[in-house]
Amino acid sequence: MDNTEILRFEGVKKHFPITKGVIFSRQAGQVHAVDGIDLALAHGQTLALVGESGCGKTTTARLALRLETPTDGRVMVDGEDVHQLQGAALKRYRTRVQAVFQDPWSSLNPRMRVRDIVAETLRVNFSLSRSEIEQRVAKVLLDVGLKPEQALNYPHEFSGGQRQRVAIASALISNPKMLILDEPVSALDVSIRSQIMNLLQDLQQQYGMTYLLVAHDLGTTRYMADWLAVMYLGRIVEYATVDSLFKEPRNPYTKALFSAALPDHPDKRREEIILTGEVPSPIDPPSGCSFHPRCPLKAGSICEQVEPKLKLAPGTKNHLVACHLY
Amino acid sequence: MNNPPPEDTPAESLGVPAPPHLLRRIWLNLRSYPLLSVFVLLVLLVIPALTADWLAPHDPTQGVIMDRRLPPVFFGGTWEYPLGTDRLGRDILSRIMYGARVSLSISLVGIFVGGLLGVTLGLLAGYFRGWIDTIIMRLVEISLALPAILLALVLAAASGPSFQTIIIVVAFVLWALYARQVRGEVLSIRERDYVARARVAGASHFRIMVRHILPNVANTIIVLATLQVGSVIILEAALSFLGLGIPRPTPAWGMMVADGRQLIVSAWWISFFPGLAITLTVFSLNLLGDWLRDRLDPKLEIV
Repeated sequence: MDNTEILRFEGVKKHFPITKGVIFSRQAGQVHAVDGIDLALAHGQTLALVGESGCGKTTTARLALRLETPTDGRVMVDGEDVHQLQGAALKRYRTRVQAVFQDPWSSLNPRMRVRDIVAETLRVNFSLSRSEIEQRVAKVLLDVGLKPEQALNYPHEFSGGQRQRVAIASALISNPKMLILDEPVSALDVSIRSQIMNLLQDLQQQYGMTYLLVAHDLGTTRYMADWLAVMYLGRIVEYATVDSLFKEPRNPYTKALFSAALPDHPDKRREEIILTGEVPSPIDPPSGCSFHPRCPLKAGSICEQVEPKLKLAPGTKNHLVACHLY
Repeated sequence: MNNPPPEDTPAESLGVPAPPHLLRRIWLNLRSYPLLSVFVLLVLLVIPALTADWLAPHDPTQGVIMDRRLPPVFFGGTWEYPLGTDRLGRDILSRIMYGARVSLSISLVGIFVGGLLGVTLGLLAGYFRGWIDTIIMRLVEISLALPAILLALVLAAASGPSFQTIIIVVAFVLWALYARQVRGEVLSIRERDYVARARVAGASHFRIMVRHILPNVANTIIVLATLQVGSVIILEAALSFLGLGIPRPTPAWGMMVADGRQLIVSAWWISFFPGLAITLTVFSLNLLGDWLRDRLDPKLEIV
């Protein structure tokens, strides 16, 4: 496995304007969905973004997919700024980076046959003959555990798990180097989840892919990811390997998040951290550390004034944390 | 006063839907036989329009002046003129058959032109949003605010009544309805993940609109078109009635109703039969459209 970098976020921000007024619309504020993110991901690795809903993890994924343009900063794939790509380079990026979305009921066009859904990336980017396309489709369908004959069916003829397999097949058809998985199993029955997670892991080996995984379920991330980035209000508050993070979360927010997840074993008891208050509005995020109004371990007035930067936690090699406690 | 609620609370308030009104029940019963409407439409509209040249017993424009105002067959007339003749001695049955051709061609061409324009603009407005949306939707509002008859009067005064004038009027009345409906659907469909997937695959705007969005609004368009054939026939009839329709002597149903108006007491059949043809056709079309809507669009489920 080479350790060259495939994905890099450099100070990426995404603010959505809020407008008021119908005729003379003016900007009334901004939602700070993503508020300055730095990330790097090496080939073949899996990075999971976790955090509660509204923390900006899906927007981060959409930025990497070029579905949103950043307000500030750059998203680099293979050393090229994704949002500056044009022509042949853009085509190359479109075949190298693919996505699987959360809801397999909305991610497959109900009016298209599985064959056409799966072949879309090939049809758009290459001119291949009919038989070549059919061969490729048959191959990926086998790879995801479906039958090649099912290429002629429509999405409504499949169950949720099968639909997600179709979605995965359509992402795989162009032999991508990176898959962006936006909550790939959270819409599925619990009984199906492990099948799809195993499938994704096998495919990662087989195709040599890098995964950017968006999840709110810590169990999923622990099983699938190598690295974990915890997000809160559009910022990364902690960034470490899965082992290191699950062993000892450093940031008070991460601690609270982990304590809210169900333990591996029902008899296990652990410290419960109950956060008070609501998640502050991303329209007007708090000054300094955005977690300070709810933080049970506040270090002092510095938390209200200075935004903490990600830095190496003491005594670790690659465990980054943004908190004034360290 | 604090009266306790009456013992027999109305069924609706308990969540049990009240039985539908009598007229509604009749409508629903009729609607469950879509073949009936198809049959009426075939007999009344499609077959006469296609075969009038061979099947019509008389020339629709040349009357026999000696045979004028003859009553229909069971009201003192003969089989020579089954539905009677008008004041110029023209056979009403033949004129209705040729009139079907006018109604059908105007509906089809008018709906095609208006639908093409409206669907295209609605698709662009809903997909691109922003200033394109603003401009198109303001045009829609302007178009909906202008009365069709007024527009027809202006156009007819400027260029004279003709087939093209009617098509322009019909298209002008219809496009805004399509544009508004399609835009609304597109606004919701463009946020679906399969559209995001197509963008990730690298599909162009054109491909996304035509391959991914349009097929998913097709049902709406089909239903809207079916329901509109009826209103186009009525619009054409109204224009013909006002003398702004197809130029004479080509028979059109609305014009025939207008022609018999002054003789409604002495020769009722001149207006009655074309009026009946309009009524039955429009009624069947609405039945069929309503049935199609329930069939094709589970979101609009009623009853």
